Order: sequence, then C-alpha cells, then structure tokens
Amino acid sequence: MSPRPGYVLEVDRSTPPILMWHGDSFRLERFPTGSRVVYPPEPLKPIEDPDAAIRHALENPVGDSAPLSALLRPGMRLTIAFDDVSLPLPPMRAPDLRQRVIEAVLDAAAAAGVDDVVLVAALALHRRMTEPELRHALGNRVYDAFAPHGLLTQHDAEDPENLVHLGLTDAGEDVEINKRAATSDLLVYVNINLVAMDGGHKSVATGLASYRSLRHHHNVRTMVHSRSFMDQEHSELHSANWRMGRLIAASGVKVFQIETTLNNDTFPDPFSFLSKREWEWSLRDRAGYLAASKSLERTPDRVRRSIFHSMRAPMGLTSVQAGEVEAVHAATTANVYRQQLVPVEGQTDVLTMGLPYICPYNVNSIMNPILVMCLGLGYFFNLYRGRPLVRPGGVLILSHPTPWAFDPVFHPSYIDFFEQVLAETTDPLEIEAKYEESFATDPWYVHLYRTGHAYHGVHPFYMWYWGAHALDHLGRVIIVGGDQAAVRRLGFKSASTLTDALEMAEDVVGRDPTITHIHNPPLFMADVT
Amino acid sequence: MSGSGPAGLSERLRVRLPRLRVPRPAGFPWSAPTWPGSVPMPPPERHTGVDYDTEWSRRYGVRLARAVLVESLARPFVHAVVPPTVEGADRLEELEGPLVFAANHNSHLDTALFLSALPRRYRHRLVVAAAADYFFDNRWKAALSSFALAAVPIERTRISRRSADLPAELLADGWSVLIYPEGGRSPDGWAQPFQGGAAYLAIKTGAPIVPVHISGTDVALPRGARRLQPTRTTVTFGRAVLPEPGENARRVAARLEAEVAALADERRTDWWQARRRAASGDTPPLSGPEVGGWRRSWARPAPKGPLRVPEDRSAWARRNRY
Repeated sequence: MSPRPGYVLEVDRSTPPILMWHGDSFRLERFPTGSRVVYPPEPLKPIEDPDAAIRHALENPVGDSAPLSALLRPGMRLTIAFDDVSLPLPPMRAPDLRQRVIEAVLDAAAAAGVDDVVLVAALALHRRMTEPELRHALGNRVYDAFAPHGLLTQHDAEDPENLVHLGLTDAGEDVEINKRAATSDLLVYVNINLVAMDGGHKSVATGLASYRSLRHHHNVRTMVHSRSFMDQEHSELHSANWRMGRLIAASGVKVFQIETTLNNDTFPDPFSFLSKREWEWSLRDRAGYLAASKSLERTPDRVRRSIFHSMRAPMGLTSVQAGEVEAVHAATTANVYRQQLVPVEGQTDVLTMGLPYICPYNVNSIMNPILVMCLGLGYFFNLYRGRPLVRPGGVLILSHPTPWAFDPVFHPSYIDFFEQVLAETTDPLEIEAKYEESFATDPWYVHLYRTGHAYHGVHPFYMWYWGAHALDHLGRVIIVGGDQAAVRRLGFKSASTLTDALEMAEDVVGRDPTITHIHNPPLFMADVT
Repeated sequence: MSGSGPAGLSERLRVRLPRLRVPRPAGFPWSAPTWPGSVPMPPPERHTGVDYDTEWSRRYGVRLARAVLVESLARPFVHAVVPPTVEGADRLEELEGPLVFAANHNSHLDTALFLSALPRRYRHRLVVAAAADYFFDNRWKAALSSFALAAVPIERTRISRRSADLPAELLADGWSVLIYPEGGRSPDGWAQPFQGGAAYLAIKTGAPIVPVHISGTDVALPRGARRLQPTRTTVTFGRAVLPEPGENARRVAARLEAEVAALADERRTDWWQARRRAASGDTPPLSGPEVGGWRRSWARPAPKGPLRVPEDRSAWARRNRY
C-alpha cells in the first residue's frame, strides 16, 4: 500500500487526545472541538539499494556537469565537503548517508588515481564535531584512512590563513570561503537534505564561509524577508546564497554537488507510536506510550537526555542526485516536497506545537531556552509555503520545559547572550545593532570555537534572528510547562496547561479562536492556501 | 418542633452508608482510542473467509495429528458407513508430482470418502479447496476445517487473487489440491456446471488435473439431509487432463466436465460402452436431463443399494408394526 499523504483532522467529540512533544517527554492533550490537527504524510518507500542509486547518480549527473569519473584525474586537488552533525535529526542509523556517498566518491577517486584528497566538515559557525560524531557520519573506514594523516579537517571560519575572499556580489556581499575548497580542482559537496532550505548554493556559500561572509544573510533583515526560508521563491536567505553561489562558480570553483533526501521514518520501533495517528494506535503502541512516558517521568534529566540522544533514526534514502548545483537542488526540492508537503486551507488564530528534545544545534547536548525559541519560532513556524499557518497577530503556543540550562562546552556564548543581552532587550534589531559585533569578535569565544567544541560567539544571535520573522508576525507566544523565569526572559508568556494557554490566547485573538495543531514527529511542511 | 416532623424523621432514619467509589473507566491510552467522526473508518481487518491464514495447518505436528485422525477415525468410519469401491486408481500410478483432483460434489461425505479412497502417497499431502463463505465464515469453523480437512479458503462467487494464488503456491510446494469445480454440493443429485477454478490452476501451474467421479454419497447424505443413510459408494479416478498450449480455462473446464461425465457413464455401464459414447459425443450430461420437477429425480441412476433398509420410524409404521 502506498504511503498516505498528510491529513488535516477536524477535532470532534470522539477524537482521542493528541500527542504533543514536551522536550524529552510527551503528553496527550485534548483539543477543543473544531480545532484542526495537521498530520504529516507517511514515510515514502525508501530506495532498496542506496549504494547502487548513489553510484548511478554520480555517473549520471543532472544539469551542466560531466559524470564524476570524468572530472577526476591523477594529480588533481580534490576536496570533499560534507554536512556536519546538525543533519539529519535525529542522527540516522549507521551507515550514515554521508559515509555511503563519500565512500562511493573515494572509490571513484581511487580508480582515477587521485592522491590529493582532503575531507572538510562544512561547519560554518557551528561547533566542531567530536571524533565519535565524525566516525558515525563517515564510518570508520573513511575516518581511519584520513584523520590520522590530517586529511580530515573541520572548516574554521576564523582562520585567516585558510580563507579566501572571492569578491563581492552585485548586492555588495562579501564572499569568503574555505581556501582549500576554493583552490581545489574539484569540490565535491555531500548534502543530507532534511528540509527544503538545505542544500543548493547554501551548502558552499554558508557551510564553508566565514563570519565576514555569513553576516550578509544571517541578519534580521534577511530573516524577516524570508517568508519562509523553506520556500525558495520567497526567501531572501535563498536569494543571498544564490548570489554568492553564482559568484563562487564564476570565480572558477568547480563544484560537484551531491544531494540526498530521506523519508520521514524518524523514530525506531519502540517509539514508532510518536509518528502515528492516535486513533490508529494499537495495543502495542499504547503500551509503548505508557511504558515510555511513565518511566521517563521517573528518570533523571541527564539519563533521559542521553536516552533520547542515543536514538538513531531508521530513515531511508528516497532520492540522490548529483551534478550542477542548481539543477541538483531543483530535483532535491521536489523530492523533499514529495515527502513533506501537506495542503492546508486557511490560516488559524492560534497555532500549537510540541517541541522535541532536539534541534540542529543541540545534538548530544542540552536544548537551552534560546534553542527552544529558535526551534519553535525559527524552524517549525517557517515550515510553510504560501502563508504562515497562523494569521498575522495570532498566537503561537509551544510545549516545552524550557529549562534555564546551558551546555557550557558547546554553548558558552549562549549563556552570556541569555544572561546579558536578553535581560536588556528581546528586540532582534536592537540586539543586532548593539551586541552582535562584540560577541562575534570576542577573542575568548573565537578561541573556544577554534580549539574546543563551542558554537561561534555570534551563533546565539543568529538563533534569535532565525525567529525574527515569527516575532514580527505573531501577537503573542506562550510556552506551556516551561520554566517561568526562562520563558519570561525570552519575552514570552508562561502557562501551566494547554487549557490555560488557550484561555490566555483569547486575550489576544478574541473568543472562540480557530486553533490548529502541528502534529510532529515527523517533520512536514504546510502548503497554506 | 425539631425532630417531630417528617424532616426530623428522615434525619433520624438516615443511615450512614459507606461511600462506594465506582471506578471510572480509564480513558485513552489505557483503553483503545475512539475514532474521530470526520475520519472514514477503514473496513475492519478480516481474519476469516478468504483472509484466514491456514499456514499453521500444514506444519508437521498438525499434519501428523491429521494423519492420525484420518487413519484411525475417518477411514474406519467411511468403510463402515459408506464403503467405497475404488476404480481407476491405477491411472494415478503413472503420474508424478502434485496433482489437481477435480470431483463432482454431492455431499459433505465426499471429502472423507475421497481421502479414504486416495492412494496413500497423495492422501497426507493434499489440501482441499473449500468455500470461504461456508467453511471459513467464523474462526472456529475455519480452524476445524483447516485442521481436519487441510482446507484452504477459496471464493466461489468470484476469482480473487488471494484465493487463486494460495493453491498455486501450495502446488508449487508439492501439495496436491482437491477442488470441487461445481462450487458447491448438488441440490438434486445431478451435477452443476463446472467452473474454471481447477482449469485455471492447472493452466497456471502446469499440474495435471485428475477427474474424479463420486457416487453414492448423494444417497448417504444428500444436501439438506439430517440423517445419514449407510450405503455403498464408488470413487472413480479418470485419466489426467492436461491443458493444451493456448487453451483457455473455459475450454479446459468443459473437457474436465466431459471426462467426469464419462466416468459417471462408466460407473453406470462399463468402460468400453462409456468410451464409445464419449467418442461419439453421446455421453449423458452430468447435469442430467433438461426437464423439470419429478422427472429429473426419476432420471437419476439407481444407487448401488443400501447396506440395510432404513427403519421406518413414522407414526403410521409404528402403529402398523407387527
């Protein structure tokens, strides 16, 4: 039976309670009659032989590109860049797609007699990956062959020796990227495209760029004018990256783009009930829910977090395409939409969503309050095409414990941002103008980013900007079950229960509002008409 | 006047009963979820009829138990009550591999009788294609049919993929199949037109079809009878029918019906006369004369004769007994 498309349920009296993420736990909540619940499509059938599909894609490129084997020759400089730990979410079961693709590329390079090969983790301003994370992404064969010789590197956006300025775009944007990548005869970029925003020119123009370059599109103005940044036609973020990407290509950097899409089979079997429609839960699903929720209630935070972060997604490959960047990305976007798009009619007064334990920036770490804001207002709010699911001036209700807790190793600048900057103001424009420069150039943060596993000093600012469009659009944000002090610091309202939150929402949108709930996991994108 | 009015009386008579706490039914997820009214309910998952899974009935332990049942109970019973004369069994000796047996169908006794008459090398590796709507309409009946008869469900009103595929898979796995091409028991002792199931199966798998004629069970336990009439029976195996290249199921079914009719003729007369009539196309049809009412019953061949005359238990007989 082919997978069912997404579904919009209208809640009636016989609708069972609906599952909501609540950080590293979940709840069943009853919604008022007449509310809508948007369910994602079921997972597409994965490709049965991914390795064969990858080899086929490498030798049958799309767009204006020769097959990979024809681009390889002895004596050339080959750089293989790959997406970092922020993709996919949760991390997928071994073998990771990056391992499959990179092994296929290296096989071709070995066959062509290419000696000078370097692998680069395209971190942008993210933290450096740990050895276990690299081993998981690349597999032990690749890691052991390259890391001991210093040929497995991680992009350093603060290393002037290893950056090259390629020029300015028509809009006056600096394009400065990784020197090794820019000076190679061929740059192969290996993507995992979890959402429509991933990939395309953004891969190189963002993943291998410096702060000097990134600040041109990671800013409040760009974010507010990306409606949404998952919708290429209406994304200023997309446009900026495309301008930069075309300049990179014009500068003589030859990019062979490889993009892969996954189905939304997100959680392994004991937790598969998370992705099911509640009225279809079997006895096993209900037992699984009860066992998981009751035992998680009695589990210490640290253990609970490690349980969730050790989960590996059983996602399967749904497409792989290689060749010229823009042609590849067009095919990829179609495949992402094929899995994720759900048609929804009309906007809503109140949008509710449960936030999970993970976002792109807290893999193996704590979901701090800034990341809660970024996930809810940045990512989930922007998972739309056409119009936002919630009307202008509407209310967004998030469910997450939002603990006042930070990972000092991974997120040192987040702590200061939360303690100092948000204590003063939550206005993105004011924050950008008054504080960004000092955090971005702070030598201590730069040192931690370059030598430790810290996100760049400016990264919490970007997280805040990520939600700027939602902040601009919404009348109020309410967090259910969050730490009250932390929620207040974010500038949001706190509610103990969903019922309380819905009552509070009426103060903004009036009595008897329309309510829409986003059911996740898995991820989906609303096509709002 | 407190305490003297009706209210006061009721005060004094009030008995303090312990408060019973009636447990409220636990909701979802402790109990099954309710189904939203706006969501169309899918048809319930069926475990009966053609969807009944008979795989368990072909496991070794079950086969052994069934063999014990057939050898120690069914065959002695059949030989005591409807002792069969088996003819044409030598025609099976030259055949190899699994076979499709196609027999006329008069009675519930037919399968037990057939199993008793079938050579041992086929007897315990045979499945019976049984009507899904009759033998598999509930789980108990389905389990009993699967166990006792090694029955597999087929749809007799239409050809569904599942009911066509399973017998084919079993043939490929070395199991022979007994099919009653009429689709059900005869209502009046004369055969009904043969349907194409057995022919389709033979064309699909290349297995030979063995025509079988069963007689006598229409007297012993005809359709609708409540009492068993012990009688002599005959099981006649015919020559295997093999579909010609390009021959369709309808033509093969017609040939099969003609072969069974010739076997019926052979039982009534003798082999040579039956073959001559078959060669000249004069074999009496299995379906009997195209006349109505009592004349169809009158035209039925005489049975071989009962083992004993049944006792007349009517009131008239009791009064006039001497």
